[in-house]
Amino acid sequence: MSTASATDTADVAQVVEEPEGGRLRGLARLQVLQIVLLLFVTVAVFSILRPDTFLTLFNFRGILQNTSILAVLGVGMTFVIITGGIDLSIGSVLVFSGVVADKVMAAQGGQGWGTVLLGAGVAVLSGLAWGLLNGFLVAKGKVAPLIVTLGSLSAALGFAQIITGGLDLRDAPRKLVDKIGFGNVAGQVPTLAVIAALVVVGGMILLHRTRFGLYTYAVGSNAEAGRRVGVNVDRHLIKVYALAGLLAGFGGILNLAFFQSTTIGGQSNTALNVIAGVAIGGTSLFGGVGTVFGTVMGLFIPIVLQNGFIQINVQPFWQQVVVGAVLVAVVYIDQARRTAAVRGGSRPRLPFLSRSGSRTRKETE
Amino acid sequence: MTTPILEARGISKVYGHVEALSGTNFDLYPGEVTALIGDNGAGKSTLVRILSGAEQATAGEILFEGKPVHLHSPTDASRLGMETVFQDLALAPHLSPVQNMYLGREVMARGLLGHLGFMDKKRMREGSRSAFDRLGATVRNLGGPVGAMSGGQRQGIAVARAAAWAEKVVFLDEPTAALGVVQTKNVIELIRRVSAEGIGVVFISHSMPHVMEVADRIQVMWRGRRVVTYRKEDTSMEQLVAAMTGALERVAS
Ligand SMILES: Nc1ncnc2c1ncn2[C@@H]1O[C@H](COP(=O)(O)OP(=O)(O)OP(=O)(O)O)[C@@H](O)[C@H]1O
Ligand SMILES: [Mg+2]
Repeated sequence: MSTASATDTADVAQVVEEPEGGRLRGLARLQVLQIVLLLFVTVAVFSILRPDTFLTLFNFRGILQNTSILAVLGVGMTFVIITGGIDLSIGSVLVFSGVVADKVMAAQGGQGWGTVLLGAGVAVLSGLAWGLLNGFLVAKGKVAPLIVTLGSLSAALGFAQIITGGLDLRDAPRKLVDKIGFGNVAGQVPTLAVIAALVVVGGMILLHRTRFGLYTYAVGSNAEAGRRVGVNVDRHLIKVYALAGLLAGFGGILNLAFFQSTTIGGQSNTALNVIAGVAIGGTSLFGGVGTVFGTVMGLFIPIVLQNGFIQINVQPFWQQVVVGAVLVAVVYIDQARRTAAVRGGSRPRLPFLSRSGSRTRKETE
Repeated sequence: MTTPILEARGISKVYGHVEALSGTNFDLYPGEVTALIGDNGAGKSTLVRILSGAEQATAGEILFEGKPVHLHSPTDASRLGMETVFQDLALAPHLSPVQNMYLGREVMARGLLGHLGFMDKKRMREGSRSAFDRLGATVRNLGGPVGAMSGGQRQGIAVARAAAWAEKVVFLDEPTAALGVVQTKNVIELIRRVSAEGIGVVFISHSMPHVMEVADRIQVMWRGRRVVTYRKEDTSMEQLVAAMTGALERVAS
């Protein structure tokens, strides 16, 4: 070896190694930290203003319950958005799955666990089917995710209304409502929250520890780079949309448990609320960056605000205004930092507006 | 002479109205370094993309170890032992050097965990570090995103990745374009080392001194075709420059 490369190797050896980190990921973490802080401050302010009603176990249980279903949906949405996609259909898929599950459970009869399990299975499979359809159209049909899922948003709700004639069904078995919708684990912890926590932890492990998670980031970062090293990008996209659909279907049975109704007319904003939570939580709509933990934090903010506003007698509608402002502010700050961190290249177009994997990020400057 | 490890015959490639390659030939022998040179737009990158499976030829034939092969994807080429550093590098900017190094070739954890999709991050880390050290690439942060690194660092990662996985052939499309003096020396060292292991190296560069330093043979392209092949000892920079600018063709026609 020449002296030049010997010195250079020495050079490499002496540089400090930062095990995990780096500026982009550091930024993502910084943003999550920011949101945790914001959440903490919000909770603190309301607690000081209304220590008697806000800062109570009863109230916190309510907040947890209200966030649970959104968190389950948020896990799937985080994966989709990291691939550079979007899924507008999850609210409708949730309704559709709830309707089909309700029908099946009513036909089966019975109020026990057997019926509940059957219903849950049916809901999950219905959601999975919609997710597979979304994924297939995005990956193989090369239709923009925004359009595909806008289509299934409309179609899934339409089917739900055709099946029910537009009237909500209310055939949730007693066990489902009592044990899951309003049940508690270990005395005071809502079962719904425990189930959501399990899904969230599962999602974190899947995203950060497994090959599935790595491919999710890779597809969102540079699909062409993945393809060239043998990652089956299309198949992975299908799996990711399938996961989002499956979780929306699971949300359908949880929704039935909590509201004892299929809430056909009540889910038109669900997907948008979840997307807002994902974005507030630091997942980039440009793909390649994001965390499940951030999403959960991002979802808590609107719920806590709404809850708190009611208690301090501010019209709860202000929550929507504040959340809108927070969303834009957070994403603005995030983008400004990111642009400063990654040199070169113009801002890419939002990927979910274009065909999947059609873009290659230029590596050369 | 032995059979070429890789040979292309009459390769054409048409993009819409542009004929990027018009029936070009190419050959590479085991353990040799061949430089592929030519003016901007001569078709070098296009030829490399076709030979490495990233794109398909409009017409022509590719032979690997004397047998015709069809390369439908870069994975097909990888399976034959061919690796490529593309001109656009093809790294995922949000992933770390380690993740880029092992993307598509993850080392899975042992036993049940591995079947569940868990990876052995420690082994991938160590593998990457030794690959980067071998190249002397100044990768400071094995865990940080590649997108935040300098052009030269990224190029170092792409070159190290190709060299680490190649068994028969490495394509390097302008691998030193963004590199510093020391790193360029290292890449040239690496090319020598790789070819000494019996691997054929295709080296594309606009730097004639580097070409003359490392290549055994030099194939010159002009307007989508290979116009001439020289052995290094039989040629000079002047002759190469003349061939690249189409002087030979003008004499011939
Ligand atoms: N994807 C594409 N679509 C249309 N035309 C293309 C495409 N890729 C290459 N070309 C054209 O094919 C010709 C050869 O391009 P190529 O990139 O192979 O040249 P090159 O020899 O690698 O040049 P350079 O030294 O500048 O890298 C050029 O005229 C180019 O415009
Ligand atoms: Mg080129």
